[in-house]
Amino acid sequence: MSEYQAREFKVLGQRLKRPDGFDKVTGRARYGADVEAAGMLHGRILRSPHAHARIVSIDTSAAEALNGVKAVITRADFPQAAKGYEDIQDNCMAGERALYDGHAVAAVAATSKRIAKQALKLIKVEYEVLPHVTGVEQAIAPGAPIVQPGKVSKRVPEGFSDNVVRYTSFGHGDVEAGFAKADAVIEREYRTEASHQGYIEPHACLATLDEDGRGDLWVCTQGHYFIRDMSCAVLGLESANLRVTASEIGGGFGGKTTVFVEPVALALAKKSGHAVKLVMTREEVLRATGPTVSTYMQVKLGLNKDGIITAAYARLFYQAGAYKQGTADFGAMPAFAPYELENVHTEGLDVITNRPRTASYRAPGAPTACYAAESAIDEACLELGLDPLEVRLKNAAKEGTKSSYGPTYQDHGLIQCLEAVKDTEHWNAPLAANQGRGLAAGFWFNFGGETSVSVFLNTDGSVTVTEANPDIGGSRASISMMVAEEFGINYEQVRTTVTDTGSMGQNEPTHGSRVTFAVGMAAIKASREIKADIQQRLAKMWDVSADQVIWQDGKAHCTDNSKGIEPMSLPEIGAIANNTGGPIGAHHGANMEGAGVAFGVHICDTEVDPETGFVSVKRYTAIQDAGKMIQPDYVEGQLQGGAVQGIGWALNEEYVYGDDGRLQNPGFLDYRIPVASDMPMIDTVIVEVPNPGHPFGVRGVGETPIVPPLAAVGNAVSRATNVRLRHLPMSPPRVLAAIQSA
Amino acid sequence: MSSTHVSTKINGQAVEYVCPNDASLLEVLRDQLGMTGTKEGCGSGDCGACSVTVDGRLVCSCLVLGVEAQGRAVETIEGMANKNQLHKLQEKFLEKAALQCGICTPGVLIAARSLLEKNPDPTEQEVRYWIAGNLCRCTGYDKIVRAILESAKELREEAA
Amino acid sequence: MAHIQIFGSLRDLFDGQAAIEMDVRNLRDLLTKLPQAYPDCAEEIEEGVSVSIDGKIINDDWFRPIHADSEVVVLPRIVGG
Repeated sequence: MSEYQAREFKVLGQRLKRPDGFDKVTGRARYGADVEAAGMLHGRILRSPHAHARIVSIDTSAAEALNGVKAVITRADFPQAAKGYEDIQDNCMAGERALYDGHAVAAVAATSKRIAKQALKLIKVEYEVLPHVTGVEQAIAPGAPIVQPGKVSKRVPEGFSDNVVRYTSFGHGDVEAGFAKADAVIEREYRTEASHQGYIEPHACLATLDEDGRGDLWVCTQGHYFIRDMSCAVLGLESANLRVTASEIGGGFGGKTTVFVEPVALALAKKSGHAVKLVMTREEVLRATGPTVSTYMQVKLGLNKDGIITAAYARLFYQAGAYKQGTADFGAMPAFAPYELENVHTEGLDVITNRPRTASYRAPGAPTACYAAESAIDEACLELGLDPLEVRLKNAAKEGTKSSYGPTYQDHGLIQCLEAVKDTEHWNAPLAANQGRGLAAGFWFNFGGETSVSVFLNTDGSVTVTEANPDIGGSRASISMMVAEEFGINYEQVRTTVTDTGSMGQNEPTHGSRVTFAVGMAAIKASREIKADIQQRLAKMWDVSADQVIWQDGKAHCTDNSKGIEPMSLPEIGAIANNTGGPIGAHHGANMEGAGVAFGVHICDTEVDPETGFVSVKRYTAIQDAGKMIQPDYVEGQLQGGAVQGIGWALNEEYVYGDDGRLQNPGFLDYRIPVASDMPMIDTVIVEVPNPGHPFGVRGVGETPIVPPLAAVGNAVSRATNVRLRHLPMSPPRVLAAIQSA
Repeated sequence: MSSTHVSTKINGQAVEYVCPNDASLLEVLRDQLGMTGTKEGCGSGDCGACSVTVDGRLVCSCLVLGVEAQGRAVETIEGMANKNQLHKLQEKFLEKAALQCGICTPGVLIAARSLLEKNPDPTEQEVRYWIAGNLCRCTGYDKIVRAILESAKELREEAA
Repeated sequence: MAHIQIFGSLRDLFDGQAAIEMDVRNLRDLLTKLPQAYPDCAEEIEEGVSVSIDGKIINDDWFRPIHADSEVVVLPRIVGG
């Protein structure tokens, strides 16, 4: 069942300006922390200074007595969470134990930020400090302090501590037989440290909640329906009674798909009887939101002299933070996804530690696994003296390949991406001394999910699109473009607005690279319903059958030329809507399955200073299959932004924990994300292999770009130094130590 | 905490406020004056989202006290466009898609304007080092740097 | 009869079988009949799975048809960032 129909596009492919742009360049756009309410209080959260401690008692009396304090809450103010939401609630406000440095233990609402801050100091918490563990390898060792007892799933192999809570495996064929056929078998261990999404806007919200459980929440989030449903589950509310409005969002990258401060602000609002604004500090963002996994990964790869991968095996330990998660699945599945393999086996093990509960970060789980797999392939290529591009081309998955995680691929553009590498000037350019060039492929599934969109034809012929997915990367523009394309009108005649949970049916968040694909498809389908309605109306008016009314170049035409009927434009049709049946509009709500996978290939040149171990990225090219580009600037922007995030993860970004289990670098000075002077221009090559599951061939593009960079940079640094680096980030001390020990 | 009466000029307009002595200029702008175009990303001078100029000097407003604005001229993002006539940099940022989420954009624009006032013909490297104090997590900086370079070129051409 | 592939560690829940034959019309049918035939997988199915039908990942669409020649792969539930 193919949704896609090849056609000429008029609006798609143009570099049009985003409708929210004017407000964003003038400072008018309203983000999470940019609103106020009458009588508003300021909330603030008290956090555990211990990595692991039993909360013996909390005395809030002195804080409550402080002039200006209107409410103090602890876990005792929360009801029993709905089934399945216990961990989310516990992460928002600790129960019996604080499980990581930064875990919320109490919160206050006061008439000013200063009083709220002062009140936190008056809350007396008695802790019984417990043994802790923050490192993944320490956590899996038998005898390690157990973070949460009783969480081990069936099927976890023996020999580990009870912090190894989940096990999963994928693959087909016989890897041992495959290794026996290889000319080179390499067996390596790779490690990566936790990174953070690093969105520049800290979490922020403004909440009201009355005694009857009716409330409003303004919040910066990727998904206000998720925020609503989670807040309701944690606080015992009904979804219809909590209206959540998404602000403009200052970055998310997966980190704003769950609740942290929102239920706390709502609980404070209820207890105080006032609106409560709660804004995280940067330190809180880094200590107490959801960073990524850190990993310990074992890989074994067999390659023969012809460049065929005879077998591939990986065992991935993913440090998930203090609560059980399934991220290792999303390492084990995509690790070898770019390749057609006879024998492949991957295992994922989720490990809990005394660290913040990890959240999604752009293709969650994939970048680290692909780092290990693509590094091992590079090592095998070097060992046999083979060209890394040729080896990838020889083994590349095609349409009809059985993937390493099971399903057979439909049409996709990996081969085209790899072929495009050959054609770049970059791949063929010479390298200078101390420079190395790395290549890596990457994959992400993408998905669609529940989606609701309404489209209205206004009486003047302009078109209103109402959807409910926070726009991070320009989706209002791309959705308007798709609707304009469908009606055959100009982009400027369509305006897309993101609305609140009280005005639109359920939507999955802006995640999974889904919005342009899924919301776009729903908007196209709603537009088609409107066109069908118009056909019916005009057929009555023109006294012809509906199939004699066709849509062409933005106008309805009558195919019966004998009638001499002039085509009608949208303004003409809109003007008589009330005469032909009333307002014209359509709502399309559907589960938008059918997202197409997205492959990318990145090339990176680095130069390494042998004296200091400092790595500079000299040149970078990101290549990806986008299916069909709607607005090329925004596709390029996703590739460039994802690549630079991956470069940061590879070179600088790292959660550093002390022996005391406390995060040592909770600020942008010491948790250093790439700055402009660190980076070169990021060149992009976009391949377009239409996704059969979308009317215009669109594939999600947002997540894949962060998958290849870790390995592309790693391979480049290793080739520049002739020393294999197997631990990210490759910060100068690590690189220098590797050079000196070689 | 005692407070101080401050007379200053913001975006060319005389403004008076009373602020606690320990309040940052950022806090005054956002919380007291409702000028939320200037953003807070870190509160420690590391991200540049709160960039403004004070007497023409580019600063992080989270590291400047509200009382320090006494007798000075503060410029914020709200004053960059002339009514609805965007500054060249603002226009170019829209045209070149130099923003995604937009939270860093006010700070980057203020910093970029400050650069072009001092150096109308910067190299790519000069642009990159000048805005190195403005973190952007969405764009990878490519389109931002291009937009600034192109703005500079057009401004030079217009001045010539 | 559709040919259902059981991947990797999920096999332990299906008596170690790599594939099973089952008479199912659509996704709902599959998710209903799997735990009836193999009670060990009930918990996994309830926690949520994704099912790849002919190369497309399907999360929830109950009425997505499964044909006799469909390729069906039961997977952990796909998420995103």
